[in-house]
Amino acid sequence: MAPLVEPSAGFKFDNVKRNQLLGDKGYKLPTATKTGTTIVGLIFKDGLVLGADTRATAGPIVADKNCEKIHYLAPNMYCCGAGTAADTEFTTNMISSQLALHSLNTGREPRVVTAMTMLKQHLFKYHGHIGAALVLGGYDSTGPHLFTVYPHGSTDKLPYVTMGSGSLAAMSVFESRWRPGMSRDEGVEMVKEAIEAGIFNDLGSGSNVDVCVITKGNVEYLRNYARPNERVEKEQSYRFRKGVTEFYAPRAARRGQDSAEMDTSA
Amino acid sequence: MMDYASMQFAPTEVPVEHHSHGGWEPYVDNGGTSLAIAGKDFVIVAADARQSDGYSINSRYDPKAFVLSNQTVIATTGYAADAKRLVEVMEQNAQTYFHKHDRAMGTTAMAQLMSNTLYYKRFFPYYVFPILAGLDKEGNGAVFSYDPVGNMERVVYLACGSASALVQPFLDNQVGGANQRGHEGGFLDRATARKIAIDAFTSATERDIHTGDWLDLFTIDRTGIHREKRELKHD
Amino acid sequence: MDPIEIRLPHTIQRPKATPNYGPRTHTTRPIVTGTSVIAFKYKDGIMMAADCLASYGSLARFRNEKRLMAVGETTLLGVSGDMSDFQHMQHTLESILTQEYDMDDGQKLGTKSVYKCISNIMYNRRTKVDPLWNSYVIGGLDNGEKILGYVDLYGTTYQSATIATGFGGHLAQPILRRRVEGREDELSEEEAVQILDECMRVLFYRDARSLNKLRRAKVTAQGVEISEPYMLETNWSFAESITGYGS
Repeated sequence: MAPLVEPSAGFKFDNVKRNQLLGDKGYKLPTATKTGTTIVGLIFKDGLVLGADTRATAGPIVADKNCEKIHYLAPNMYCCGAGTAADTEFTTNMISSQLALHSLNTGREPRVVTAMTMLKQHLFKYHGHIGAALVLGGYDSTGPHLFTVYPHGSTDKLPYVTMGSGSLAAMSVFESRWRPGMSRDEGVEMVKEAIEAGIFNDLGSGSNVDVCVITKGNVEYLRNYARPNERVEKEQSYRFRKGVTEFYAPRAARRGQDSAEMDTSA
Repeated sequence: MMDYASMQFAPTEVPVEHHSHGGWEPYVDNGGTSLAIAGKDFVIVAADARQSDGYSINSRYDPKAFVLSNQTVIATTGYAADAKRLVEVMEQNAQTYFHKHDRAMGTTAMAQLMSNTLYYKRFFPYYVFPILAGLDKEGNGAVFSYDPVGNMERVVYLACGSASALVQPFLDNQVGGANQRGHEGGFLDRATARKIAIDAFTSATERDIHTGDWLDLFTIDRTGIHREKRELKHD
Repeated sequence: MDPIEIRLPHTIQRPKATPNYGPRTHTTRPIVTGTSVIAFKYKDGIMMAADCLASYGSLARFRNEKRLMAVGETTLLGVSGDMSDFQHMQHTLESILTQEYDMDDGQKLGTKSVYKCISNIMYNRRTKVDPLWNSYVIGGLDNGEKILGYVDLYGTTYQSATIATGFGGHLAQPILRRRVEGREDELSEEEAVQILDECMRVLFYRDARSLNKLRRAKVTAQGVEISEPYMLETNWSFAESITGYGS
């Protein structure tokens, strides 16, 4: 009789050694879909602004022209994700659920450092194999906080941050123009320009600008705050005339007669 | 699919073969897309003008379609340095021919010359996907398709470059009538061909990150070559 | 039975990893390197800048290097990448200029010719799979026409109103495109200098192989002018508010 096996939680690593061996032999391993992205965040006088572009790519192909990269974590906290699309989605979802339970247990609003610590401990545990590069922002009882979290689990706490393939383009805007104590509108405008720098100069980023403003007790999620890339109208209509599509006659209609209409030789 | 059960494992000592020149590869892919559509008495050639390297845009306007004579145009995609050299070599040969014979080289002759020029570098190829298009001796639209080492074929329509896998099926359907029951066939009229060419590029710009910025569109007919420059999206 | 193993004295044992057969290869790599060059068109001509650092790997080895030079009377050349390859190019260009002078035909080597010449040298070297490990920016006025071009170790060329090599392509080009594109005929020299310094300051903040000592240069109808090295002012006051990486 087979011994009882304890059902294991989390990831399974059964194929790691086999895949490594195959890789060493020169066989190509399948790679996960990674997304080029521009995500940013900055601190202003009364809170912080997060920003993201809306292009998702699969290699050189645009997979989604208007995706959402600013993820919900808690009522006072949001998180922009760059890197492996699935990893950013699942990681933020899981932490969001844990934060909800945590604030139910404590009866308090969760703190941004709590989320940051949970994220970095989770990512560190997986040695960078979870390819999530995050910009985390929120406002808690201790004020506004802005962090970056790298796939290996390191973190940064800075007044302005950028991540993703468009991070340098976006940083060029912050490094030349950010200053302490900016107003809300100045902050939103600068985030918009930083994301647009990514959209127009980095091929991994494109389409629209999403913005999220977080202040004390308030969140403004400005989906598609700017749409600088509207598609022009097509030159002509591509509506097909009726009956243009080749089809097989239903089985009932074919019964008892040769399908004279249909050429199935090809 | 790989069948792991029957896979033969090489002994550990055998190194994986690398076909590289001392670690440095003498090729880069600068992206871009081109297409051509032949009509009865005209031909349309279009190419975007973005030059890119990886995730960066080198230039928003670096044309890759060139006029070779008053009835022939060449459009290139792939490695920009090789493409420019290929066009130079073609221009020089066309010029020499003109001075020798006191008349411009015809489109079909130019097409064969291009094949020869590409095959001349068979073992260190021009990494270019060229289209040559123009009017033939009878004044009909002619489009020539090539691979980087000179294999040539005359076709009616063609898409090349980074978005070719997106554009070619569109042309197959809209120009070639593929998968359209009762399609009449025959050549397109000029206005429709132009609209299809433009829509192909605005659509390719939407979905291919290496295509965009500007579009160069040439219409070649008996009266000469008509050039049009249109803006594409910059993201 | 085991095969007999013949062991040679260790002094003549050939290392297993390096076979002494195969094609001849030029394993070039950059040694002493210069970082970004940035350049753009403005009302009166071309503006260009490069810092004074030549790095040896991560060592800031030479801190007074000149990476901008005049080629003839109306052309400016900026270089990034391997400095010895640049000096080889300098030598080649000087020979060409001497030949041109000796012709004594009243013809001057224009910017377009210099650009084509450098492009051909670079493409020919890449075709020998023995490249000159550089990116060049060539700027100038050719019969009053503003020319600004780029060529690199692959022989890749392009012309644009704004050009930035290396790290500058990622950090400075977005600034240049936003501030210069479409305004290259109206930008005053004053604003051009301001844009240039802004880009070089951002590069100094974020490029670990850069220096805040730099030269700028311009080509106008009056010819080529390369400045003496000058320092950029930087602001680190935000650092005081940063405490650690966590709570």
